[in-house]
Amino acid sequence: MAEEVTLSGHIQHHLTNAKMCTTDNGLAFNKACSDSGFWTWHIDTLAWSIGLGVLFLWIFRRAANKATTGVPDKFQCFIEMVIDFVGDNVAKTFQGKSTLIAPLALTIFVWVFLMNLMDLIPVDFLPAFAGFVGENVFGMDSHDVYMKIVPTTDINLTAALAVGVFLLMIAYSIRIKGIGGFVKELTLHPFSTKNKLAMVFLIPCNLLLETIALFAKPFSLALRLFGNLYAGELIFILIGAVGLMQLPLHFVWAVFHILVITLQAFVFMMLTIVYLSMASSDNH
Amino acid sequence: MNLNATLIGELVAFIVFVWFCMRFVWPPLNNAIEARQKIIVDGLAASDRAEKDLELAQEKATAQLKEAKAQAAEIIDVAKKRETRIVEEAAVKAEAEKVRILAAGHTEIETERNRVKEELRKQVAILAIAGAEKILERSIDAAAHSDILDKLVAEL
Repeated sequence: MAEEVTLSGHIQHHLTNAKMCTTDNGLAFNKACSDSGFWTWHIDTLAWSIGLGVLFLWIFRRAANKATTGVPDKFQCFIEMVIDFVGDNVAKTFQGKSTLIAPLALTIFVWVFLMNLMDLIPVDFLPAFAGFVGENVFGMDSHDVYMKIVPTTDINLTAALAVGVFLLMIAYSIRIKGIGGFVKELTLHPFSTKNKLAMVFLIPCNLLLETIALFAKPFSLALRLFGNLYAGELIFILIGAVGLMQLPLHFVWAVFHILVITLQAFVFMMLTIVYLSMASSDNH
Repeated sequence: MNLNATLIGELVAFIVFVWFCMRFVWPPLNNAIEARQKIIVDGLAASDRAEKDLELAQEKATAQLKEAKAQAAEIIDVAKKRETRIVEEAAVKAEAEKVRILAAGHTEIETERNRVKEELRKQVAILAIAGAEKILERSIDAAAHSDILDKLVAEL
């Protein structure tokens, strides 16, 4: 066994992803990847998020296959309630028509919700199980086995979602307004004047402000979700480290977190719709 | 928690999930919901229509019943009137017949009486002549005194 487990070490262990990278000696894992730079893969984040995404699509695809226009069974009712909820929000928020927005919003809402939901699994269960398997099956040091099961506490995942939304925002802006319209939007607002000379000085200011405003959107999306879930997870870990007192504390925090995880999924979805609606509306 | 290649992997996963959802999940579910909504809307409209039809039919039935009752009453009325008229006509006819029969009887009686009177008159004349002949014996020439006799007969 390894060295004495300190509290900070325990927390650090919980907050470290399982890494994978390629080195000169082939595939390497965890500590061997500490200086592999950008080309490191968080295999726990990838596995859990893709697993949950596939779970989401499998459940909804099953409902879609069984969907009838007759009397729906309760499973179909539940799925249709989710569809209706998302569709309703999209219809109320998104100006204009698009076949992409609603499925996008549904994917974000359910996928993010499922990933957030992993937060409610007691923090030590799966990492301890992974450590046990790692030690007994693969002969690893259990402290060298990392397992972070909430993908949304990994900035890479939230940033990936935000980048996806950001690319769509750019695409929608250009598709609706054209490249010229998009450039105009970035340069001629918020300050504008009829005086051509003054405009020359105002354009850089506008460009700076609008660019910051544009990039603030994906940054806020990524950091809001990451921050909320990371903080929640950290508190779960801290609660898990205080002995028997953790039982009532954990209960209260978990109940509160049911709200947080749903709300964060909803907020991410709504902001995505709002941003895309703003990107595709012409009037600034 | 530095950004690394995981971001690329997650971005690809995200795009694939959204594509799959857009292609295979959202349209069938949404179509099913919308189709069912349409069925429900149609059903409600149909039931509304049926209710209105029923109301209309009931109104019509009531009106027809009323009309039928009125017709029946009218028919009975007409029949009664006709009955009265027939009875009156019969009474009038009977009265006329009575009057006619009475008149005929009277006429017959009158005729008979006149005939009998004439006969009697003739007989009285004969009797008177015979009486007078008996009284006067041959003194009276029947032919010479026939004008007197005729006058006498007329006076009877």
